[in-house]
Amino acid sequence: MDNFIVLDNLRKSFGNIVAVNGISMTVNKGDILGFIGPNGSGKSTTMKMATGFLTPDMGTSHICGVSMNKNPKEAKKLIGYLPEGAPAYGEMTTIGFLNFIADVRRLSGKEREVKIDKAIDRAQIKYVLNQQIDTLSKGFKRRVGLCQAIMHEPKVLILDEPTDGLDPNQKHHVRQLITEISRDTAVIVSTHILEEVDAVCSGVLLINKGNVVLNGSASDLRAKLANHNAVNIKLKPENLESAKRLLLTLSSISKIEVHEETQHNVNLKVLPKENMIIITDVAKVIADNKLPINDISVDQVRLDDAFRKLTTNDIGILNE
Amino acid sequence: MNNIVIIAKREAKAYFSTPLAYIFISIFCGLTAAFTFYLGAFIERGQADLAPFFESHPWLLVLLVPSISMRLWAEERKTGSIELLMTLPITSLEAVIGKFIAAWLMIAVALALTFPIWITINILGNPDNGVVISSYLGSWLLAGQFLAIGSALSAMTKNQVIAFVVSTAACFVFVMSGLETVTHALEGWLPSYILLAVDTMSSLDYFEEFTKGIIDARAIVFYITTIVFWLFINVVVINLKKAK
Ligand SMILES: Nc1ncnc2c1ncn2[C@@H]1O[C@H](COP(=O)(O)OP(=O)(O)O)[C@@H](O)[C@H]1O
Ligand SMILES: [Mg+2]
Repeated sequence: MDNFIVLDNLRKSFGNIVAVNGISMTVNKGDILGFIGPNGSGKSTTMKMATGFLTPDMGTSHICGVSMNKNPKEAKKLIGYLPEGAPAYGEMTTIGFLNFIADVRRLSGKEREVKIDKAIDRAQIKYVLNQQIDTLSKGFKRRVGLCQAIMHEPKVLILDEPTDGLDPNQKHHVRQLITEISRDTAVIVSTHILEEVDAVCSGVLLINKGNVVLNGSASDLRAKLANHNAVNIKLKPENLESAKRLLLTLSSISKIEVHEETQHNVNLKVLPKENMIIITDVAKVIADNKLPINDISVDQVRLDDAFRKLTTNDIGILNE
Repeated sequence: MNNIVIIAKREAKAYFSTPLAYIFISIFCGLTAAFTFYLGAFIERGQADLAPFFESHPWLLVLLVPSISMRLWAEERKTGSIELLMTLPITSLEAVIGKFIAAWLMIAVALALTFPIWITINILGNPDNGVVISSYLGSWLLAGQFLAIGSALSAMTKNQVIAFVVSTAACFVFVMSGLETVTHALEGWLPSYILLAVDTMSSLDYFEEFTKGIIDARAIVFYITTIVFWLFINVVVINLKKAK
């Protein structure tokens, strides 16, 4: 059984607001799920239900087969959780706080020392151990929260925006850490930074307004845009007609759009069918026919664009 | 170590690593002394007992205990640390009891630190020290009851000021219900069985037993029952908030 996290049809409303409207996911050992969606889409609420802080109106959360509803104490033992904003007891020192967590996690003796030291090392908070948590910078506070979550080497790690408020170096380090830990762990990381998904995640769950929009990989997310892998060609207007004629013989392309026609230049956008990669075909046609062109490039759709397209209503580029 | 002990230890450290405990203890000791020496005419009475000292306790505790209890849960909600606490493998019951015990022990320390008054009276005369001890026990139980009420009410809000005001009012009602002027005023307005209920719920009547040197099992049962009742409410409120 490698299905470490199984969330089934979770729902939650606050008054009239439906925050989470039937979200399911399965995360296996070794996987890192990027849980993304705009602000207010229900990521934190889902995580709060998964970790047993909120009781769902409907649906279940199972951690390594243990039901959060029926056996919360056992299920919680298996989880390391970093809540949004990394709340902690501000009046405590970092080390005092970590010792409290170690008490709760029943770490003792040699194992306790080793695990606390290892977590401190991984989270890189050695220099703030004796500082009061309230006086820490946002980045350090986040890392203390992370340290607390990973200390007992849990099977399941749930991190709500772990890199929020960190500088680029710290972000890089946290991503490395998550990757390192994920080997024996199932991880859910919520974020709205899409480069993070590319950098660390093995899967993506995109939600909007409490509903799942996409469940797959980062490339599936990109593929949701028709102009993903589209080829742009810049050429002289006099070559336009012959270029169009030649390219349209290819079976892998769906259509050709003409943009920005000027006296000296015209831009062609060649759109693929079903996200096929067409650059080789297009290049071959151009080479075989010695078609004079000025420039050629492949559209790399940024995840940001896919995200925006899928979570705003001005769709139309969706190729469904 | 048990979860209740772990929570109580963390809370107790929090009291003494912030000015909270020191301020509470100084104000409690200062005010009891002031009541005893000035308002209670301790010296002029020429009697070697601590009656005026203990008579002031219910009124001071009505104000001071909610100042401790207001933060128990409201602060956790405000700072968000409740999310951390309730996702650790700790039950609501364990957390409620742990927090209660730490606060109750802190109040015990405050009571214990009024010992100079007790020493003074022993120098001045020969008080009945049995009465003094039972009175201290009564004060502590009364404080425990107020604390349990305040803790339950604190779990309902993230606003500490609201928690304070509502708890003070609730504790005040428990004290007032025992005053004869109040029960007399209610006569004719309320059916006699409710009146009886109001009267038997009076924290003050039971407290006065203790100050007479009587340790009555009924009084102890009364305080323990109300403490358990309010801590139970506390757990229910916390669990309801999860489902809200
Ligand atoms: N305790 C709450 N009471 C009322 N509404 C809430 C509460 N928590 C979250 N919400 C609402 O639920 C929706 C989802 O919020 P959240 O899960 O925090 O989104 P995200 O983490 O994706 O930004 C939002 O509309 C938010 O305003
Ligand atoms: Mg959030």
